[in-house]
Amino acid sequence: MRADGGAGVERRVRTRAPGEPRRVAYLYLAPALVFYLLFAFGPLVYTTWLSFFDWNGLTVGTWAGLDNYREVLEDEDIRASFVHSLVLIVFYSVIPVFLGLVLASLIAHGRVRGTTFFRAVLFLPQTIATVVVAIAWTWIYAPSGPLNEALDAVGLDSVSRGWLGDFTWALPALGLVGTWVMFGLCIVLFLAGIQKIPLSLYEAARVDGAGRFREFLAVTLPGLRGELAVALTLTTILALRTFDLIYVATSGGPGTTTTVPSVLVYQNAFANGRVGLAAAVAVVLTALIFVVAFAITKLVDRDPTT
Amino acid sequence: MTAARREQLLSYAILGVFSVIALYPIVSIVLLALHERSDLVTGLSIPDSIDLGTFRDAWTEGDFGRGLMNSFIVAGTVAVATAALSTLAGYAFGTMRFRGSDTIFYLLLVGLIFPYEATVIPLYYVFRDAGLTDSRWALILPQIGLSVPFGIFWMRAFFRSTPPALVEASRLDGASSFVTLWRVLLPQAWPAITTMVVLVFMWTWNEFLLALVMIQSDELRTAPLGLALFAGANRGSQDVTLTAAAAVLVALPVVIVYVFLQRSFIRGMFAGAVKE
Repeated sequence: MRADGGAGVERRVRTRAPGEPRRVAYLYLAPALVFYLLFAFGPLVYTTWLSFFDWNGLTVGTWAGLDNYREVLEDEDIRASFVHSLVLIVFYSVIPVFLGLVLASLIAHGRVRGTTFFRAVLFLPQTIATVVVAIAWTWIYAPSGPLNEALDAVGLDSVSRGWLGDFTWALPALGLVGTWVMFGLCIVLFLAGIQKIPLSLYEAARVDGAGRFREFLAVTLPGLRGELAVALTLTTILALRTFDLIYVATSGGPGTTTTVPSVLVYQNAFANGRVGLAAAVAVVLTALIFVVAFAITKLVDRDPTT
Repeated sequence: MTAARREQLLSYAILGVFSVIALYPIVSIVLLALHERSDLVTGLSIPDSIDLGTFRDAWTEGDFGRGLMNSFIVAGTVAVATAALSTLAGYAFGTMRFRGSDTIFYLLLVGLIFPYEATVIPLYYVFRDAGLTDSRWALILPQIGLSVPFGIFWMRAFFRSTPPALVEASRLDGASSFVTLWRVLLPQAWPAITTMVVLVFMWTWNEFLLALVMIQSDELRTAPLGLALFAGANRGSQDVTLTAAAAVLVALPVVIVYVFLQRSFIRGMFAGAVKE
Protein backbone atom coordinates (compact mmCIF):
# COMPACT_ATOMS: atom_id res chain seq x y z
CA MET A 1 0.00 0.00 0.00
CA ARG A 2 2.65 2.47 1.00
CA ALA A 3 5.18 3.77 -1.47
CA ASP A 4 8.41 1.89 -1.26
CA GLY A 5 10.33 3.33 1.63
CA GLY A 6 12.64 0.41 2.31
CA ALA A 7 12.08 -2.32 4.80
CA GLY A 8 13.64 -0.37 7.65
CA VAL A 9 11.25 2.49 7.34
CA GLU A 10 8.34 0.14 7.03
CA ARG A 11 9.23 -1.67 10.20
CA ARG A 12 9.86 1.47 12.18
CA VAL A 13 6.62 2.93 11.02
CA ARG A 14 4.74 -0.12 12.07
CA THR A 15 6.20 -0.36 15.55
CA ARG A 16 6.40 3.32 16.44
CA ALA A 17 3.89 4.94 14.17
CA PRO A 18 3.09 7.64 13.50
CA GLY A 19 6.25 9.43 12.53
CA GLU A 20 9.18 10.14 14.74
CA PRO A 21 9.60 11.96 18.01
CA ARG A 22 9.53 15.69 17.48
CA ARG A 23 9.09 18.49 19.93
CA VAL A 24 8.29 20.86 17.11
CA ALA A 25 4.88 19.18 16.96
CA TYR A 26 3.66 21.39 19.80
CA LEU A 27 4.40 24.44 17.71
CA TYR A 28 2.16 23.15 14.93
CA LEU A 29 -0.57 22.26 17.38
CA ALA A 30 -0.54 25.44 19.39
CA PRO A 31 -2.57 27.82 17.20
CA ALA A 32 -5.48 25.44 16.69
CA LEU A 33 -5.40 24.35 20.29
CA VAL A 34 -5.51 27.93 21.54
CA PHE A 35 -8.66 28.62 19.53
CA TYR A 36 -10.23 25.38 20.64
CA LEU A 37 -9.48 25.88 24.32
CA LEU A 38 -10.45 29.56 24.40
CA PHE A 39 -13.62 29.42 22.33
CA ALA A 40 -14.93 25.88 22.61
CA PHE A 41 -13.59 23.69 25.41
CA GLY A 42 -13.04 26.53 27.87
CA PRO A 43 -16.61 27.80 27.51
CA LEU A 44 -17.87 24.23 27.98
CA VAL A 45 -16.08 24.09 31.34
CA TYR A 46 -17.33 27.59 32.17
CA THR A 47 -20.92 26.54 31.41
CA THR A 48 -20.53 23.75 33.93
CA TRP A 49 -19.23 26.23 36.50
CA LEU A 50 -22.14 28.61 35.84
CA SER A 51 -24.61 25.79 36.37
CA PHE A 52 -23.80 25.86 40.09
CA PHE A 53 -24.87 29.49 40.43
CA ASP A 54 -28.05 31.43 40.66
CA TRP A 55 -27.39 34.31 38.30
CA ASN A 56 -29.57 36.69 36.30
CA GLY A 57 -26.77 37.78 33.97
CA LEU A 58 -26.49 41.28 35.42
CA THR A 59 -25.86 41.35 39.16
CA VAL A 60 -23.48 39.18 41.14
CA GLY A 61 -24.45 35.51 41.13
CA THR A 62 -24.87 33.45 44.24
CA TRP A 63 -23.69 29.90 44.78
CA ALA A 64 -26.58 27.50 44.33
CA GLY A 65 -24.91 24.14 44.64
CA LEU A 66 -26.99 21.51 42.92
CA ASP A 67 -30.25 23.49 43.07
CA ASN A 68 -30.32 24.06 39.32
CA TYR A 69 -29.89 20.36 38.65
CA ARG A 70 -32.61 19.59 41.15
CA GLU A 71 -34.87 21.91 39.21
CA VAL A 72 -33.94 20.21 35.94
CA LEU A 73 -35.04 16.91 37.44
CA GLU A 74 -38.18 18.18 39.13
CA ASP A 75 -39.58 20.85 36.83
CA GLU A 76 -42.27 19.34 34.67
CA ASP A 77 -41.65 21.54 31.64
CA ILE A 78 -37.94 20.76 31.66
CA ARG A 79 -38.55 17.06 32.03
CA ALA A 80 -41.10 17.22 29.23
CA SER A 81 -38.54 18.93 26.99
CA PHE A 82 -36.24 15.93 27.33
CA VAL A 83 -39.11 13.61 26.52
CA HIS A 84 -39.74 15.68 23.39
CA SER A 85 -36.09 15.11 22.49
CA LEU A 86 -36.63 11.36 22.77
CA VAL A 87 -39.58 11.62 20.40
CA LEU A 88 -37.37 13.56 18.00
CA ILE A 89 -34.72 10.83 18.20
CA VAL A 90 -37.30 8.35 16.92
CA PHE A 91 -38.00 10.59 13.94
CA TYR A 92 -34.45 11.83 13.28
CA SER A 93 -32.62 8.62 13.92
CA VAL A 94 -34.62 5.41 14.32
CA ILE A 95 -36.93 5.85 11.33
CA PRO A 96 -34.30 7.13 8.86
CA VAL A 97 -31.78 4.46 9.85
CA PHE A 98 -34.39 1.71 9.54
CA LEU A 99 -35.68 3.10 6.26
CA GLY A 100 -32.15 3.55 4.96
CA LEU A 101 -31.21 -0.03 5.81
CA VAL A 102 -34.25 -1.53 4.14
CA LEU A 103 -34.07 0.61 1.02
CA ALA A 104 -30.31 0.39 0.60
CA SER A 105 -30.35 -3.39 0.85
CA LEU A 106 -33.21 -3.57 -1.65
CA ILE A 107 -31.42 -1.49 -4.26
CA ALA A 108 -27.77 -2.30 -3.56
CA HIS A 109 -27.51 -4.97 -6.23
CA GLY A 110 -30.01 -3.52 -8.65
CA ARG A 111 -27.35 -2.30 -11.09
CA VAL A 112 -28.80 1.18 -11.34
CA ARG A 113 -27.43 3.82 -13.66
CA GLY A 114 -27.18 7.42 -12.57
CA THR A 115 -26.38 6.69 -8.93
CA THR A 116 -24.41 9.93 -8.79
CA PHE A 117 -27.56 11.85 -9.62
CA PHE A 118 -29.75 10.01 -7.12
CA ARG A 119 -27.11 10.32 -4.45
CA ALA A 120 -26.84 14.06 -4.99
CA VAL A 121 -30.61 14.49 -4.80
CA LEU A 122 -31.05 12.31 -1.72
CA PHE A 123 -28.28 14.17 0.04
CA LEU A 124 -29.53 17.64 -0.87
CA PRO A 125 -31.62 18.24 2.31
CA GLN A 126 -28.40 18.04 4.31
CA THR A 127 -27.00 21.13 2.66
CA ILE A 128 -29.91 23.48 3.18
CA ALA A 129 -29.84 25.82 6.17
CA THR A 130 -32.23 24.61 8.85
CA VAL A 131 -33.86 28.03 8.96
CA VAL A 132 -34.76 27.57 5.29
CA VAL A 133 -35.95 24.01 5.91
CA ALA A 134 -38.14 25.31 8.72
CA ILE A 135 -39.71 27.90 6.45
CA ALA A 136 -40.32 25.40 3.65
CA TRP A 137 -42.03 22.96 6.00
CA THR A 138 -43.99 25.68 7.77
CA TRP A 139 -45.52 26.30 4.37
CA ILE A 140 -46.21 22.62 3.75
CA TYR A 141 -47.97 22.32 7.12
CA ALA A 142 -49.78 25.67 6.81
CA PRO A 143 -53.60 25.67 6.90
CA SER A 144 -53.68 26.46 3.18
CA GLY A 145 -50.46 24.62 2.39
CA PRO A 146 -49.74 21.64 0.13
CA LEU A 147 -50.36 18.95 2.77
CA ASN A 148 -53.87 20.08 3.60
CA GLU A 149 -54.63 20.66 -0.06
CA ALA A 150 -53.59 17.10 -0.81
CA LEU A 151 -55.70 15.78 2.06
CA ASP A 152 -58.71 17.77 0.87
CA ALA A 153 -58.18 16.49 -2.66
CA VAL A 154 -58.51 12.88 -1.56
CA GLY A 155 -61.54 13.64 0.58
CA LEU A 156 -59.84 13.77 3.95
CA ASP A 157 -61.00 17.30 4.72
CA SER A 158 -61.76 16.26 8.27
CA VAL A 159 -58.11 15.45 8.88
CA SER A 160 -56.63 18.68 7.56
CA ARG A 161 -55.61 21.31 10.07
CA GLY A 162 -52.89 23.80 10.90
CA TRP A 163 -50.42 21.08 11.78
CA LEU A 164 -47.86 23.17 13.63
CA GLY A 165 -50.53 24.84 15.74
CA ASP A 166 -51.98 21.54 16.88
CA PHE A 167 -51.17 20.40 20.40
CA THR A 168 -51.02 16.72 19.43
CA TRP A 169 -49.54 16.90 15.97
CA ALA A 170 -46.98 19.71 16.13
CA LEU A 171 -44.19 17.57 17.60
CA PRO A 172 -44.56 14.60 15.23
CA ALA A 173 -44.88 17.06 12.36
CA LEU A 174 -41.53 18.62 13.30
CA GLY A 175 -40.10 15.15 13.78
CA LEU A 176 -41.04 14.25 10.22
CA VAL A 177 -39.01 17.22 9.04
CA GLY A 178 -36.05 15.59 10.76
CA THR A 179 -36.86 12.31 9.02
CA TRP A 180 -36.86 14.18 5.73
CA VAL A 181 -33.46 15.75 6.44
CA MET A 182 -31.88 12.46 7.52
CA PHE A 183 -33.24 9.62 5.40
CA GLY A 184 -31.22 10.47 2.30
CA LEU A 185 -28.01 10.59 4.26
CA CYS A 186 -28.75 7.13 5.65
CA ILE A 187 -29.53 5.63 2.25
CA VAL A 188 -26.40 7.11 0.68
CA LEU A 189 -24.22 5.99 3.58
CA PHE A 190 -25.58 2.43 3.66
CA LEU A 191 -25.45 2.06 -0.12
CA ALA A 192 -21.77 2.95 -0.08
CA GLY A 193 -21.27 0.50 2.76
CA ILE A 194 -23.03 -2.41 1.08
CA GLN A 195 -20.99 -1.90 -2.03
CA LYS A 196 -17.87 -2.50 0.03
CA ILE A 197 -19.10 -5.88 1.27
CA PRO A 198 -17.47 -8.61 -0.84
CA LEU A 199 -19.93 -10.16 -3.27
CA SER A 200 -18.53 -13.57 -2.38
CA LEU A 201 -20.21 -13.30 1.02
CA TYR A 202 -23.57 -12.89 -0.67
CA GLU A 203 -22.86 -15.78 -2.99
CA ALA A 204 -21.87 -17.95 -0.06
CA ALA A 205 -25.10 -17.04 1.73
CA ARG A 206 -27.08 -17.94 -1.37
CA VAL A 207 -25.29 -21.27 -1.69
CA ASP A 208 -26.27 -21.96 1.91
CA GLY A 209 -29.84 -21.42 0.83
CA ALA A 210 -30.38 -18.17 2.73
CA GLY A 211 -33.39 -16.12 1.72
CA ARG A 212 -33.23 -12.36 1.34
CA PHE A 213 -34.06 -11.74 4.96
CA ARG A 214 -31.49 -14.22 6.28
CA GLU A 215 -28.96 -12.77 3.88
CA PHE A 216 -29.71 -9.31 5.27
CA LEU A 217 -29.20 -10.46 8.85
CA ALA A 218 -26.14 -12.59 8.18
CA VAL A 219 -24.23 -10.52 5.63
CA THR A 220 -25.53 -6.98 5.17
CA LEU A 221 -26.12 -6.01 8.78
CA PRO A 222 -22.74 -7.15 10.14
CA GLY A 223 -21.04 -5.59 7.12
CA LEU A 224 -22.59 -2.24 7.89
CA ARG A 225 -21.53 -1.95 11.52
CA GLY A 226 -19.28 1.03 10.90
CA GLU A 227 -21.86 2.84 8.79
CA LEU A 228 -24.58 2.10 11.32
CA ALA A 229 -22.49 3.66 14.04
CA VAL A 230 -21.90 6.77 11.97
CA ALA A 231 -25.54 7.13 11.01
CA LEU A 232 -26.85 6.55 14.52
CA THR A 233 -24.35 8.92 16.08
CA LEU A 234 -24.86 11.71 13.55
CA THR A 235 -28.64 11.55 13.56
CA THR A 236 -29.07 11.14 17.32
CA ILE A 237 -26.76 14.03 18.09
CA LEU A 238 -28.56 16.23 15.61
CA ALA A 239 -31.91 15.24 17.13
CA LEU A 240 -30.70 16.23 20.58
CA ARG A 241 -29.28 19.52 19.31
CA THR A 242 -32.37 20.57 17.40
CA PHE A 243 -32.84 24.29 17.90
CA ASP A 244 -33.15 26.24 14.65
CA LEU A 245 -36.05 24.21 13.30
CA ILE A 246 -38.16 24.58 16.42
CA TYR A 247 -37.22 28.18 17.12
CA VAL A 248 -38.26 29.23 13.63
CA ALA A 249 -41.23 26.92 13.06
CA THR A 250 -43.01 26.91 16.43
CA SER A 251 -40.82 28.64 19.07
CA GLY A 252 -41.63 25.64 21.25
CA GLY A 253 -45.40 25.96 20.97
CA PRO A 254 -48.28 25.57 20.91
CA GLY A 255 -48.06 25.81 24.69
CA THR A 256 -44.83 23.97 25.43
CA THR A 257 -45.64 20.93 23.29
CA THR A 258 -42.58 21.28 21.07
CA THR A 259 -40.17 22.81 23.58
CA VAL A 260 -36.83 20.98 23.59
CA PRO A 261 -33.86 21.48 25.95
CA SER A 262 -31.95 23.78 23.59
CA VAL A 263 -34.94 26.11 23.41
CA LEU A 264 -35.03 26.18 27.21
CA VAL A 265 -31.32 26.98 27.28
CA TYR A 266 -31.92 29.93 25.00
CA GLN A 267 -35.02 31.20 26.79
CA ASN A 268 -33.59 30.93 30.29
CA ALA A 269 -30.16 32.32 29.48
CA PHE A 270 -31.17 35.22 27.30
CA ALA A 271 -34.79 36.08 28.05
CA ASN A 272 -35.75 34.90 31.53
CA GLY A 273 -32.56 35.85 33.36
CA ARG A 274 -32.03 32.34 34.71
CA VAL A 275 -28.51 31.79 33.48
CA GLY A 276 -27.58 29.14 36.03
CA LEU A 277 -30.61 27.02 35.23
CA ALA A 278 -29.95 27.41 31.49
CA ALA A 279 -26.38 26.26 32.05
CA ALA A 280 -27.61 23.22 33.99
CA VAL A 281 -29.95 22.26 31.15
CA ALA A 282 -27.07 22.71 28.70
CA VAL A 283 -24.80 20.51 30.80
CA VAL A 284 -27.38 17.74 31.07
CA LEU A 285 -28.02 17.94 27.33
CA THR A 286 -24.30 17.78 26.57
CA ALA A 287 -23.83 14.88 28.97
CA LEU A 288 -26.65 13.07 27.23
CA ILE A 289 -24.97 13.64 23.86
CA PHE A 290 -21.69 12.26 25.20
CA VAL A 291 -23.39 9.22 26.67
CA VAL A 292 -25.21 8.49 23.41
CA ALA A 293 -22.08 8.92 21.31
CA PHE A 294 -20.06 6.77 23.68
CA ALA A 295 -22.71 4.07 23.90
CA ILE A 296 -23.07 3.80 20.14
CA THR A 297 -19.31 3.69 19.72
CA LYS A 298 -19.06 0.90 22.30
CA LEU A 299 -22.00 -0.92 20.82
CA VAL A 300 -20.36 -1.34 17.46
CA ASP A 301 -16.93 -1.54 19.05
CA ARG A 302 -14.96 0.72 16.86
CA ASP A 303 -11.79 2.48 17.80
CA PRO A 304 -12.36 6.26 17.74
CA THR A 305 -8.73 6.97 16.93
CA THR A 306 -8.68 5.19 13.62
CA MET B 1 -38.82 -10.64 -16.96
CA THR B 2 -35.68 -11.91 -15.31
CA ALA B 3 -35.00 -11.56 -11.62
CA ALA B 4 -32.15 -9.17 -12.28
CA ARG B 5 -34.34 -6.97 -14.43
CA ARG B 6 -37.05 -6.97 -11.77
CA GLU B 7 -34.52 -5.97 -9.14
CA GLN B 8 -33.31 -3.17 -11.36
CA LEU B 9 -36.80 -1.82 -11.92
CA LEU B 10 -37.56 -2.00 -8.22
CA SER B 11 -34.36 -0.08 -7.53
CA TYR B 12 -35.32 2.66 -9.96
CA ALA B 13 -38.79 2.86 -8.47
CA ILE B 14 -37.46 3.22 -4.92
CA LEU B 15 -34.82 5.76 -5.86
CA GLY B 16 -37.34 7.70 -7.91
CA VAL B 17 -39.98 7.85 -5.20
CA PHE B 18 -37.54 8.90 -2.50
CA SER B 19 -35.86 11.44 -4.73
CA VAL B 20 -39.26 13.03 -5.26
CA ILE B 21 -39.79 13.10 -1.49
CA ALA B 22 -36.37 14.71 -1.03
CA LEU B 23 -37.14 17.35 -3.63
CA TYR B 24 -40.78 18.02 -2.81
CA PRO B 25 -40.39 20.65 -0.04
CA ILE B 26 -37.68 22.38 -2.03
CA VAL B 27 -39.76 22.48 -5.18
CA SER B 28 -42.82 23.65 -3.29
CA ILE B 29 -41.02 26.63 -1.79
CA VAL B 30 -39.37 27.56 -5.08
CA LEU B 31 -42.76 27.47 -6.79
CA LEU B 32 -44.21 29.61 -4.05
CA ALA B 33 -41.42 32.14 -4.47
CA LEU B 34 -41.97 32.32 -8.22
CA HIS B 35 -45.51 33.60 -7.74
CA GLU B 36 -46.32 37.25 -7.79
CA ARG B 37 -46.13 38.70 -4.35
CA SER B 38 -49.83 39.46 -4.14
CA ASP B 39 -50.93 36.01 -5.34
CA LEU B 40 -53.06 34.11 -2.88
CA VAL B 41 -51.42 30.72 -3.18
CA THR B 42 -52.88 27.54 -1.78
CA GLY B 43 -51.14 24.22 -1.87
CA LEU B 44 -48.66 23.24 -4.52
CA SER B 45 -49.48 25.55 -7.38
CA ILE B 46 -47.49 26.30 -10.47
CA PRO B 47 -47.41 30.02 -11.26
CA ASP B 48 -49.00 31.14 -14.55
CA SER B 49 -45.96 33.15 -15.41
CA ILE B 50 -42.57 33.23 -13.80
CA ASP B 51 -42.25 36.38 -11.80
CA LEU B 52 -38.98 37.38 -10.22
CA GLY B 53 -40.46 40.52 -8.71
CA THR B 54 -41.04 38.73 -5.42
CA PHE B 55 -37.35 37.94 -5.22
CA ARG B 56 -36.54 41.58 -5.88
CA ASP B 57 -38.91 42.72 -3.15
CA ALA B 58 -37.54 40.21 -0.65
CA TRP B 59 -33.99 41.24 -1.55
CA THR B 60 -34.63 44.92 -0.86
CA GLU B 61 -37.08 44.68 2.03
CA GLY B 62 -35.04 42.10 3.95
CA ASP B 63 -31.72 43.71 3.03
CA PHE B 64 -30.45 40.28 2.01
CA GLY B 65 -27.57 41.68 -0.02
CA ARG B 66 -26.04 42.74 3.24
CA GLY B 67 -27.01 39.54 5.02
CA LEU B 68 -25.45 37.36 2.35
CA MET B 69 -22.33 39.51 2.36
CA ASN B 70 -22.05 39.21 6.16
CA SER B 71 -22.49 35.45 5.96
CA PHE B 72 -19.91 35.29 3.22
CA ILE B 73 -17.36 37.24 5.25
CA VAL B 74 -17.94 35.21 8.40
CA ALA B 75 -18.12 31.79 6.73
CA GLY B 76 -15.17 32.56 4.46
CA THR B 77 -12.97 33.71 7.32
CA VAL B 78 -13.91 30.75 9.50
CA ALA B 79 -13.34 28.26 6.68
CA VAL B 80 -9.94 29.62 5.67
CA ALA B 81 -8.71 30.04 9.24
CA THR B 82 -9.91 26.56 10.17
CA ALA B 83 -8.15 25.11 7.14
CA ALA B 84 -4.86 26.79 8.01
CA LEU B 85 -4.93 25.87 11.70
CA SER B 86 -6.13 22.32 11.08
CA THR B 87 -3.54 21.65 8.39
CA LEU B 88 -0.75 22.60 10.78
CA ALA B 89 -2.18 20.59 13.65
CA GLY B 90 -3.15 17.65 11.45
CA TYR B 91 0.42 17.58 10.16
CA ALA B 92 1.70 17.22 13.70
CA PHE B 93 -0.78 14.48 14.56
CA GLY B 94 -0.33 12.65 11.30
CA THR B 95 3.44 12.60 10.92
CA MET B 96 5.03 13.25 14.32
CA ARG B 97 5.26 11.52 17.62
CA PHE B 98 5.12 13.55 20.77
CA ARG B 99 4.27 13.23 24.42
CA GLY B 100 0.61 13.64 25.18
CA SER B 101 -0.54 13.25 21.59
CA ASP B 102 -3.29 10.80 22.55
CA THR B 103 -4.53 12.97 25.39
CA ILE B 104 -4.64 16.08 23.24
CA PHE B 105 -6.35 14.18 20.47
CA TYR B 106 -9.06 12.86 22.77
CA LEU B 107 -9.56 16.37 24.13
CA LEU B 108 -10.19 17.50 20.56
CA LEU B 109 -12.47 14.55 19.78
CA VAL B 110 -14.82 15.83 22.46
CA GLY B 111 -15.17 18.96 20.36
CA LEU B 112 -16.57 16.94 17.48
CA ILE B 113 -19.82 16.33 19.27
CA PHE B 114 -20.69 19.05 21.71
CA PRO B 115 -23.10 21.68 20.48
CA TYR B 116 -23.15 25.47 20.66
CA GLU B 117 -25.82 25.14 23.34
CA ALA B 118 -23.02 24.02 25.64
CA THR B 119 -20.80 27.05 25.04
CA VAL B 120 -23.01 29.91 23.97
CA ILE B 121 -23.93 31.09 27.47
CA PRO B 122 -20.45 31.96 28.76
CA LEU B 123 -19.39 33.04 25.27
CA TYR B 124 -22.15 35.63 25.26
CA TYR B 125 -21.47 36.99 28.74
CA VAL B 126 -17.68 37.05 28.37
CA PHE B 127 -17.91 38.69 24.95
CA ARG B 128 -20.41 41.20 26.29
CA ASP B 129 -18.04 42.21 29.06
CA ALA B 130 -15.23 42.52 26.52
CA GLY B 131 -17.43 44.63 24.27
CA LEU B 132 -17.25 42.03 21.53
CA THR B 133 -20.91 41.09 21.16
CA ASP B 134 -22.61 42.52 18.13
CA SER B 135 -19.42 42.21 16.08
CA ARG B 136 -18.21 39.75 13.49
CA TRP B 137 -15.57 38.54 15.94
CA ALA B 138 -18.35 37.17 18.12
CA LEU B 139 -19.30 34.88 15.25
CA ILE B 140 -15.88 34.15 13.81
CA LEU B 141 -13.83 33.24 16.89
CA PRO B 142 -16.23 30.68 18.43
CA GLN B 143 -16.88 29.06 15.09
CA ILE B 144 -13.18 28.61 14.44
CA GLY B 145 -12.90 27.11 17.90
CA LEU B 146 -15.64 24.59 17.27
CA SER B 147 -14.57 23.82 13.68
CA VAL B 148 -10.93 22.93 14.31
CA PRO B 149 -11.73 19.53 15.87
CA PHE B 150 -13.31 18.38 12.61
CA GLY B 151 -10.55 20.00 10.58
CA ILE B 152 -7.80 18.36 12.60
CA PHE B 153 -9.55 15.00 12.52
CA TRP B 154 -9.85 15.27 8.76
CA MET B 155 -6.30 16.47 8.05
CA ARG B 156 -4.78 13.98 10.47
CA ALA B 157 -6.41 11.20 8.47
CA PHE B 158 -5.02 12.70 5.29
CA PHE B 159 -1.46 13.06 6.58
CA ARG B 160 -1.59 9.53 7.95
CA SER B 161 -2.46 8.24 4.50
CA THR B 162 0.58 9.86 2.88
CA PRO B 163 3.60 7.58 2.51
CA PRO B 164 5.98 8.14 5.44
CA ALA B 165 8.82 7.66 2.98
CA LEU B 166 8.04 11.06 1.49
CA VAL B 167 8.59 12.81 4.78
CA GLU B 168 11.63 10.67 5.47
CA ALA B 169 13.24 11.49 2.15
CA SER B 170 12.58 15.17 2.55
CA ARG B 171 14.22 15.14 5.97
CA LEU B 172 17.26 13.31 4.66
CA ASP B 173 17.58 16.11 2.13
CA GLY B 174 17.90 18.42 5.08
CA ALA B 175 14.53 20.07 4.74
CA SER B 176 12.95 21.53 7.86
CA SER B 177 9.59 20.21 8.97
CA PHE B 178 7.85 23.28 7.59
CA VAL B 179 9.53 23.03 4.20
CA THR B 180 8.53 19.37 4.10
CA LEU B 181 4.93 20.34 4.75
CA TRP B 182 4.95 23.23 2.31
CA ARG B 183 6.82 21.67 -0.60
CA VAL B 184 6.19 17.95 -0.30
CA LEU B 185 2.86 17.33 1.40
CA LEU B 186 0.76 20.39 0.72
CA PRO B 187 0.69 19.95 -3.07
CA GLN B 188 -1.03 16.60 -2.51
CA ALA B 189 -3.28 17.90 0.22
CA TRP B 190 -5.43 20.27 -1.82
CA PRO B 191 -8.33 17.89 -2.45
CA ALA B 192 -8.56 17.13 1.26
CA ILE B 193 -8.28 20.79 2.15
CA THR B 194 -10.93 21.75 -0.39
CA THR B 195 -13.39 19.27 1.09
CA MET B 196 -12.75 20.66 4.54
CA VAL B 197 -13.13 24.26 3.44
CA VAL B 198 -16.40 23.51 1.65
CA LEU B 199 -17.90 21.71 4.64
CA VAL B 200 -16.82 24.25 7.23
CA PHE B 201 -18.09 27.01 4.98
CA MET B 202 -21.48 25.30 4.71
CA TRP B 203 -21.79 24.64 8.45
CA THR B 204 -20.81 28.21 9.26
CA TRP B 205 -23.13 29.61 6.62
CA ASN B 206 -26.06 27.66 8.05
CA GLU B 207 -25.33 28.38 11.74
CA PHE B 208 -28.15 30.17 13.46
CA LEU B 209 -28.05 30.05 17.27
CA LEU B 210 -24.76 31.87 17.65
CA ALA B 211 -25.85 34.73 15.41
CA LEU B 212 -29.21 34.91 17.16
CA VAL B 213 -27.50 35.36 20.51
CA MET B 214 -24.59 37.57 19.52
CA ILE B 215 -25.89 39.94 16.89
CA GLN B 216 -28.27 42.79 17.64
CA SER B 217 -27.70 45.37 14.94
CA ASP B 218 -29.31 45.01 11.52
CA GLU B 219 -26.06 45.70 9.65
CA LEU B 220 -24.32 42.62 11.05
CA ARG B 221 -27.06 40.03 10.58
CA THR B 222 -26.08 36.84 8.85
CA ALA B 223 -28.36 35.54 6.12
CA PRO B 224 -30.10 32.82 8.23
CA LEU B 225 -30.64 35.25 11.10
CA GLY B 226 -31.99 37.90 8.73
CA LEU B 227 -34.25 35.27 7.21
CA ALA B 228 -35.64 34.11 10.57
CA LEU B 229 -36.38 37.69 11.61
CA PHE B 230 -37.85 38.48 8.20
CA ALA B 231 -40.10 35.41 8.36
CA GLY B 232 -41.17 36.35 11.88
CA ALA B 233 -42.02 39.89 10.83
CA ASN B 234 -44.07 38.64 7.88
CA ARG B 235 -45.87 35.91 9.80
CA GLY B 236 -49.59 36.39 9.76
CA SER B 237 -49.42 38.69 6.78
CA GLN B 238 -50.47 37.31 3.43
CA ASP B 239 -46.95 37.55 2.06
CA VAL B 240 -46.00 33.87 2.22
CA THR B 241 -44.54 34.30 -1.25
CA LEU B 242 -42.18 36.98 0.03
CA THR B 243 -40.84 34.79 2.85
CA ALA B 244 -40.44 31.91 0.41
CA ALA B 245 -38.40 34.05 -1.94
CA ALA B 246 -36.16 35.15 0.93
CA ALA B 247 -35.65 31.53 1.98
CA VAL B 248 -34.61 30.54 -1.54
CA LEU B 249 -32.13 33.43 -1.66
CA VAL B 250 -30.49 32.32 1.59
CA ALA B 251 -30.23 28.64 0.60
CA LEU B 252 -29.05 29.26 -2.94
CA PRO B 253 -25.32 30.00 -2.45
CA VAL B 254 -24.65 26.74 -0.60
CA VAL B 255 -26.81 24.73 -2.99
CA ILE B 256 -24.87 26.11 -5.94
CA VAL B 257 -21.56 25.15 -4.37
CA TYR B 258 -23.05 21.75 -3.55
CA VAL B 259 -24.09 21.11 -7.13
CA PHE B 260 -20.51 21.58 -8.26
CA LEU B 261 -18.74 19.88 -5.40
CA GLN B 262 -21.20 17.25 -4.25
CA ARG B 263 -18.62 14.49 -4.16
CA SER B 264 -16.54 16.49 -1.69
CA PHE B 265 -19.60 17.19 0.41
CA ILE B 266 -20.67 13.61 0.71
CA ARG B 267 -17.20 12.23 1.26
CA GLY B 268 -16.50 14.82 3.92
CA MET B 269 -19.74 14.31 5.80
CA PHE B 270 -18.75 10.75 6.52
CA ALA B 271 -15.22 11.90 7.23
CA GLY B 272 -12.97 9.28 8.66
CA ALA B 273 -15.96 8.10 10.60
CA VAL B 274 -16.25 4.90 8.68
CA LYS B 275 -13.57 2.42 9.50
CA GLU B 276 -11.66 1.30 6.46
